[in-house]
Amino acid sequence: MKISKEKFGQAFDALVAEYQIIAPVSDANGIAFKGVKSFSEVKQDYLNSKLPPKAFFFPQHEKLMSYKKEGKDVTVKSELKVDNTVLFGIRPCDAKGMQLLDMVFKNDQYTDPYYFERRDKSVIIGVACNKIAPTCFCSSFGLSPAGSEGSDIFLIDLGDSYDVEVITEKGKAVAARFEELSELSADEQALVDKIKDAETSSKVDVSTTTSKLDKMFNNPYWDTLQEKCIGCNVCSFSCPTCHCFDISEEVRKNEGTRVRTWDACMAPLFTLHGSGHNPRDNKKARWRQRMMHKFNYFVHNNGSMSCVGCGRCIKGCPVNMDIRQVIDGANKAELVVE
Amino acid sequence: MNKIINDIRETARQLLAEGKVDVVIGYEKGSLPLKATPCFIHSSEGVDSLIWDETCENNLATYVAKTPGKKAIVAKGCDSRALAVLLQENQLVRDDLYIIGVSCHGVIDQRKIGAEVGEILEASISDGKISVKGMEGDKEYLFTEVKDATCQTCRYPNPVMEDLHIGDTIEVSQEAAAFADVEALESKSDSERQEYFKEQMSKCIRCYACRNACPLCYCQECFVDCNSPRWLTGGVNRAENLLFQAGRVMHLAGRCVDCGACSRACPQGVDIRALNRKMTKDVYVMYNHESGISEEGKPALNEYSANDPEQFLVKE
Repeated sequence: MKISKEKFGQAFDALVAEYQIIAPVSDANGIAFKGVKSFSEVKQDYLNSKLPPKAFFFPQHEKLMSYKKEGKDVTVKSELKVDNTVLFGIRPCDAKGMQLLDMVFKNDQYTDPYYFERRDKSVIIGVACNKIAPTCFCSSFGLSPAGSEGSDIFLIDLGDSYDVEVITEKGKAVAARFEELSELSADEQALVDKIKDAETSSKVDVSTTTSKLDKMFNNPYWDTLQEKCIGCNVCSFSCPTCHCFDISEEVRKNEGTRVRTWDACMAPLFTLHGSGHNPRDNKKARWRQRMMHKFNYFVHNNGSMSCVGCGRCIKGCPVNMDIRQVIDGANKAELVVE
Repeated sequence: MNKIINDIRETARQLLAEGKVDVVIGYEKGSLPLKATPCFIHSSEGVDSLIWDETCENNLATYVAKTPGKKAIVAKGCDSRALAVLLQENQLVRDDLYIIGVSCHGVIDQRKIGAEVGEILEASISDGKISVKGMEGDKEYLFTEVKDATCQTCRYPNPVMEDLHIGDTIEVSQEAAAFADVEALESKSDSERQEYFKEQMSKCIRCYACRNACPLCYCQECFVDCNSPRWLTGGVNRAENLLFQAGRVMHLAGRCVDCGACSRACPQGVDIRALNRKMTKDVYVMYNHESGISEEGKPALNEYSANDPEQFLVKE
């Protein structure tokens, strides 16, 4: 079924009364997900945002609670105010990335209230990629530029209209506002099929990577792999699935806040103990951790690789460390007896 | 193959084969068009991946102190200046270092190209022309049109110190340093300047790529990572971002070699260099000092000279 962009725009603008709407916009720095008030502000022709939309559920620097001591009284406040939100224009890689983050923030023992308060109040309207960047490699992971996984409503841009697929109950509530849905013409159906069949031209073989990494903890591959890495946080911060964080206290006199801040396995400080000991005190150990976490530990713990092939780390890396080459190198590395 | 590349490879081959160095740090072809990537060659069999062209944008001096053993490095003017400052600051042992000097006409500003043609699909460079196939269209550029801003004001395209020079040297004008870019920013009103830096700092995500790409940011513990005292929170906002960037620039006063590695490393396109250039100009004007232009000498703030112009002091 399809909806004209005119009708969709009207429904979108009407949603503003009930939802905070986040959508891709074009700013001086490229494409970014930002709050919008009208469909006219939305950038429709875009590859993907420079930074992943994960920050809407998992902010880079988040106040968890604040506290104040007066005499012997201590007051603790946790102010988590979350509006119902629609995230529009999320690409299939990022929608999948959010599903992977769900696995991190909820397990059989613990559900992270900060993450899920936002997540549960959000509706994701995914939009298929009509254009595929040379650094996109989602097809490597069984994903697709037109994959609807992780979206509540999934759209395919047909020029003047959108093909609409309602995926979840949450999506249904929003899609109920879409009036005048009509059938696709034969030409439009052909276009939808073409977009759905598209794959990324860049692919890396990950079929044996996890089992190979099982045997690579002490492999010399890591010795040379890490040499050119400068240890910044670009790859982690631009990754839709990286989720490591630090919790710290920001205290002044008798009051303070507890904050959660993005951290990264590439930073030496991430694993530095209070004693001064650092169990991952070199880049070799840190790169091994990055690869093991994404392509081995996460698979063992959650049944999926923790990479969606968005290519942001490839584009952003100041020294051109290309994760596709790193995976390929691990696949081809000679095994040593451990 | 171009003679410079051939000579770099032969030099590297010889150095490694004769055991004069343990590793050669140079550039190889990257995985993306118009991108070279730093490489570490450990044996003479590996030298044929070494390249040299207008895509060799990283400052390799950043790796030298952290790389164990004896090392050779392919150095442009700015890499050699950074090495000179590192030597002045006793961060390197000169005998452990073999500098393969190459004169540099400048590197390509890929952002400028990307902004016009979209994602770059293919590119080739020949005779000062760059042909690019992009997702939004194809275009041919003259190298001078897309030369990185840093390279446009570069006064030291030739290495200031080297053990071997490969290729020709570049003739350099003997005129005093020009700071038209800094003057343009200085001529703005306070509020205009404030707006400019507000906009720039709001883009920073505190990934520290600038700091880590900088050959002269080598503090064992950076002030941003220090938690006792805690100079900065992890808060990513304009005020804290500016404090970080301004703090970094102050630490580089009289040391920054204006290589532009910080700006090129920034994934967010923050104009970091605007701050560095102002500081470079101030050091030039106040102390008549340019950093790292010879192996001898000291950073401006490590030395007292009665001949400083000292315009900032009140004189009778």
